[in-house]
Amino acid sequence: MPILRFAIFRFATMLMTLVVVSALVFFIMNLPPGDYLSNLIAELRATGQESGVAKVEFLRKEYSLDQPLWRQYLIWVGFYPGPHGFSGILQGDFGWSFEFDKPVSEIVGTALWMTVLVNVAAILFVYMVALPLGVLAAAKSKTWVDYTSAFVGYLGLATPNFLLALILFYYGHRYFNLPIGGLMAPEFEGEPMSAAKVKSVLIHLIIPTFVIGTSGAAAMMQRLRANLLDELSKPYVDTARAKGVGPVKAILKYPLRVAFNPFVADIGNLLPSLISGSVLVSVVLGLQTIGPALLTALKTQDQFLAGFILLFVAGLTLIGTMVSDVLLMLLDPRIKYGGRDR
Amino acid sequence: MTQLPDEHFVDTAPYDPEEERSKPARPDLDAPNWLLIWRKFRRHKLGLISALFLAVSYLMIPFAGFIAPYTANERNPDHIYAAPQMVRLFHEGKFIGPFVYPENAVRDLEQFRWRYPSDRENPAKLEFFCEGGTHYFLALFKTNRHLFCAPEGATVFLWGADRLGRDVFSRIFYGAQLSMTVGLIGITVSFILGISIGGIAGYFGGAIDWFVNRIIEILRSIPELPLWLALSAAVPSHWGPVAVFFIISIILGLLDWPGLARAVRSKFLSLREEEFVRAAEMMGAKPSRVIRKHLLPNFSSHLIASAMLSIPAMILGETALSFLGLGLRAPAVSWGVMLNDAQNLASIEIYPWTAIPMLPVIFVVLAFNFLGDALRDSLDPYSHD
Repeated sequence: MPILRFAIFRFATMLMTLVVVSALVFFIMNLPPGDYLSNLIAELRATGQESGVAKVEFLRKEYSLDQPLWRQYLIWVGFYPGPHGFSGILQGDFGWSFEFDKPVSEIVGTALWMTVLVNVAAILFVYMVALPLGVLAAAKSKTWVDYTSAFVGYLGLATPNFLLALILFYYGHRYFNLPIGGLMAPEFEGEPMSAAKVKSVLIHLIIPTFVIGTSGAAAMMQRLRANLLDELSKPYVDTARAKGVGPVKAILKYPLRVAFNPFVADIGNLLPSLISGSVLVSVVLGLQTIGPALLTALKTQDQFLAGFILLFVAGLTLIGTMVSDVLLMLLDPRIKYGGRDR
Repeated sequence: MTQLPDEHFVDTAPYDPEEERSKPARPDLDAPNWLLIWRKFRRHKLGLISALFLAVSYLMIPFAGFIAPYTANERNPDHIYAAPQMVRLFHEGKFIGPFVYPENAVRDLEQFRWRYPSDRENPAKLEFFCEGGTHYFLALFKTNRHLFCAPEGATVFLWGADRLGRDVFSRIFYGAQLSMTVGLIGITVSFILGISIGGIAGYFGGAIDWFVNRIIEILRSIPELPLWLALSAAVPSHWGPVAVFFIISIILGLLDWPGLARAVRSKFLSLREEEFVRAAEMMGAKPSRVIRKHLLPNFSSHLIASAMLSIPAMILGETALSFLGLGLRAPAVSWGVMLNDAQNLASIEIYPWTAIPMLPVIFVVLAFNFLGDALRDSLDPYSHD
């Protein structure tokens, strides 16, 4: 089964990449001079709370921050035994958040799923918008349909996400009575899943999805349009028309299929920007994803929390790209896994 | 045409050596390269307008202090959140030249905010080339001349005032100085890295190529913004605004090069097989010379176009970072720093003018996009439409 072999090969590369990314993330987290605990110690000393210093020193030992950097990294990932044996990310221990004084897993818990949810919704939105509009723009190229969609696309590309979010929130609330802020009505928070909760989440998702997806949809649409236009100018389309194939079928039957490939393959480029957008928009709109937690963690040098979130976000992207590669392989048997690189 | 006695035909017209020269097949293509590019570029109306707009905007940057009626951080505690003022020409139906109605703060105890009703009785004529706060003209001469300003007792807030009573209009001009140059520095960093790394990978191939390719793949697969955030959070908080500005633009450039390097690399892979490269190598040119003199000029046009398309991403990046409070910090003025004030729904609803800095962002980003598209089309003058 070549496809299975390709999937396994792709999975292995992804794991390798993830290891490199984790090292990169750890390095970046340790770039700022000093760390949360030494700041805290200095603060405690300055205010004369010597008793607190002991606890902080204990934490430093506990999380082996007194070790050399490379060993800290290995312990963090779980390749090397810490004070309590192997307990790193690999073992499911995400570390301790100093800022919130809680384990990281407790803080990010549901937020992880919400992040996945928001991004999946955004991807669906991108495809649902870009596919019909791109085809329409190509079929009716150089008419007002084409120009309008190009204009809206450009505007989506040029408007800063976060402002679009604020403005849409304001007008959405004013004219369509859409809820403001959050991913669900406050009364559902911490409640078990129910039909009403799902509905509340869906309504709250409308604006974030729109905001996060617009620029991606615009780029995607332009690409589909260009591909389809290339394809439509080929002689076989003329032949089909000459033989009396209807206009809709003459586009959908073959040209669209050929133009569709880059569309799927492009998800690798799309995903990083979507996730970037979701982090930013979450901060502005107060969505319960990991975005706001990341910002706080970065501002307070809460290294385990920030490191884990960065790693999670990168992992999400890598998994998405991998899935799209495998899907592409299924979709187009012409693509060979060996010489995949150009 | 005459017939000689020996039955030959001879043309009577005088001999013209010019006739002998072969004419180019397309005389309209027989022009210097820049002319061909210009002819093609001229047809892109949007690109042309964008180029003009950007040129004017960049030309205005050194004159920001002169055009702006106020200085960047000049506070007017009596006019906090003052609404935009109109410059009028007619007072009670009579033309008296550009003037504003002075506004005085009145407490609104119902909504607990200041209101600024305009005093319709006393039009205050605008002064031109007047004296105001000191600024550096062309960044060299200290002066206090401004293009226009309000007379004593009146204010001229064309686009309103923010939460400290600072003039939004003036601050947009000052903000342009940072916001519009951040992309230029970033793109320089990204270009140097992208061309040298991509060039080396493409030219030498083999293990280096494999290694560079993995790095590019890894960097491209990580979402940019969280990485930007993490890197800028690492900037020490005690650094001055200028240092922060440079480091932020370098951070923006540091994460942008993989895309460029990848393009350079694939182009090099195909170009290095060409005869002219082999010829240069045989004549003993060093790799660095082959790359610089023989390979790069071959697709400089492509590079310029992709630069134009990368700058907007950096401008938006700076805006986002500053907006989140991790980029430039006050007292530095950039569009992102200004938008930081418009971060909540209340300001969008009550003081919508605090979000005005969004307009220059949109216009500049759009202009770079259009210009880049037009350049990409026209920089290769021999391609067909």
